Amino acid sequence: MAFGDLVIQQDLNFTIQRGDVFIIMGSSGCGKSTLLRHLLGLQSPAAGRVLYAGHSFWELDEHERKELMSRIGVLYQGGALWTAMTLAENVALPLQQYTRLSPAEIDELVAYKLSLVGLRGFEHYYPSEISGGMQKRAGLARAMALDPEMLFFDEPSAGLDPVSARLLDDLILQLSESLGATLVVVTHELASIFAIGNNSVFLDPESRTMIAQGDPKVLLKYSEDPRVRRFLTRGEEQ
Amino acid sequence: MLELTSHADSIVEISLSGKWTLMAEPVPWPRLVKDLERAQVPLKEIRFDCRELIEWDSRLLTFLLKLHAYAEQNDISFVGEGLPEGARGLLALSLTVPERKESSPSDQGPSLLRMLGEWTLKKYQGGLLFTRFVGEWLIAFGRFLLGRSSFRRSDFSYFVQSAGADALPIVSLISILVGSVLAFVGAVQLQMFGAEIYIANLVSLGMLREMGAMMTAIVMAGRTGSAYAAQLGSMQVNEEIDALKTLGISPMEFLVLPRSLALILMLPLLCLWADALGILGGFFVAVGLLDISPLEYLVQTRDSITLTDLSIGIVKSFIFAGVISLAGCLRGLQSGRNSAAVGQATTSAMVTAILLIVVWDALTTLIFNRLGI
Repeated sequence: MAFGDLVIQQDLNFTIQRGDVFIIMGSSGCGKSTLLRHLLGLQSPAAGRVLYAGHSFWELDEHERKELMSRIGVLYQGGALWTAMTLAENVALPLQQYTRLSPAEIDELVAYKLSLVGLRGFEHYYPSEISGGMQKRAGLARAMALDPEMLFFDEPSAGLDPVSARLLDDLILQLSESLGATLVVVTHELASIFAIGNNSVFLDPESRTMIAQGDPKVLLKYSEDPRVRRFLTRGEEQ
Repeated sequence: MLELTSHADSIVEISLSGKWTLMAEPVPWPRLVKDLERAQVPLKEIRFDCRELIEWDSRLLTFLLKLHAYAEQNDISFVGEGLPEGARGLLALSLTVPERKESSPSDQGPSLLRMLGEWTLKKYQGGLLFTRFVGEWLIAFGRFLLGRSSFRRSDFSYFVQSAGADALPIVSLISILVGSVLAFVGAVQLQMFGAEIYIANLVSLGMLREMGAMMTAIVMAGRTGSAYAAQLGSMQVNEEIDALKTLGISPMEFLVLPRSLALILMLPLLCLWADALGILGGFFVAVGLLDISPLEYLVQTRDSITLTDLSIGIVKSFIFAGVISLAGCLRGLQSGRNSAAVGQATTSAMVTAILLIVVWDALTTLIFNRLGI
């Protein structure tokens, strides 16, 4: 991954299994969000490939790429709700784009998705009329609109109080268990990492590559790399 | 897809089979309700059998939610044990938080009278706000004259360049074209009387007194006024303006003053430039298409205009600059905190500026006419 001549990360090689809650972790500025953008096909890698079940984003034709995109849901850092649309319209848009459901069916689905995140009855609210935590949850409802197989989260608990962050973590876990979806979460919140992750990759900003991979709880117990230990113990082990 | 089996003790078992996905056909709800009512009287309990269910997604959940609401309404117990585990989890999750009954703040359908009243109040308050804004600007300008303002000089230079030199190409093009069009329109009429030479009067007076200032102002309202509204609007969205206020920095002095001063300084200069190029446009048409010699045209132009004509255009452009910059900045600062609001602020800045430009132009023309200037 690079911006022009500036290399952000290199030699990244990892596999995300179906059903994983995969954490991309590392200290600020190590390229976590950039890696996420590469995984989502928003940025093409300077070298190498990102493969979804053997298919690379950049080698698919437009129709195939759209098909792949419909199987992916993303919760952006700030929710990224379209501010000129109500919550219902935000959740309905992917359904209108990708399915041929009738307006009544879409309304039912929107109500269901919003009820999953505890926002039933907020259909006609605009994003500016609800709190930051609610915006995140509404973003999650939109990300799940098409029952995606893969859900990506960029710093889901950023900007939330500890209780709301914990509730969101619980919600993510419950949803992943019920939906059987694969989750990829970019975060540096240790509480979230240990609470939800069962696989991870650790990016190091200095060596500009991944220096650890595996279940974060196992890494905490057995990793001998001081950089990983320092991160996972909040700097308590120097 | 779906089959009902009646049991003793007022129980109905719903057997779900096949694919319950968004791609599959939905089960017609009214028919199902009718079947349910017919299957057991009285109906006390609904159970499920999903052994034949191959695949499911949100389609199944919306069906279950509807059925759950129906059961609750009719005092029927809903036993979800036979459902797939994931679906049970999702159903429980979606029923955890009850529906909020209050409508959203923006969801109240007002009556026509109320809308009219609100519109009037809004316009009245808008007028008050603009007046107050102009007052605040004058105070800030006073502080600037006393050397007490707090904006950055580099910002000011940047705005001078963007409202001046950067605008030259478009202003030049528009002015030459307006001058040529004036000459064209005049030529057709004046040729009938053999008075082609007066094209020089028409173009130079038209440009100096009216078109130079007005066209430049309209171009700058579209180019710079709306840019000011968009800049300040997005600063409002990102809470940058709040950050300035909490630092004790006045947005009026720090943001509005350098922008408006830059435009007030540059618009009259652009107007002068536009006057000259407009006359040049007329010159090309007159010399190129009619039998007027270059010297004749220039002498006629010199004789037809006075310093007063030039001053009228310049005075107007000072006022136009104030109107454009203040409308742009005011609308930007008033912008709501979302992307749609920034768009509205930009449009509103344009509309306000152009409306005020035209009204002001008509008023001054009338006044100058009465005064015989």
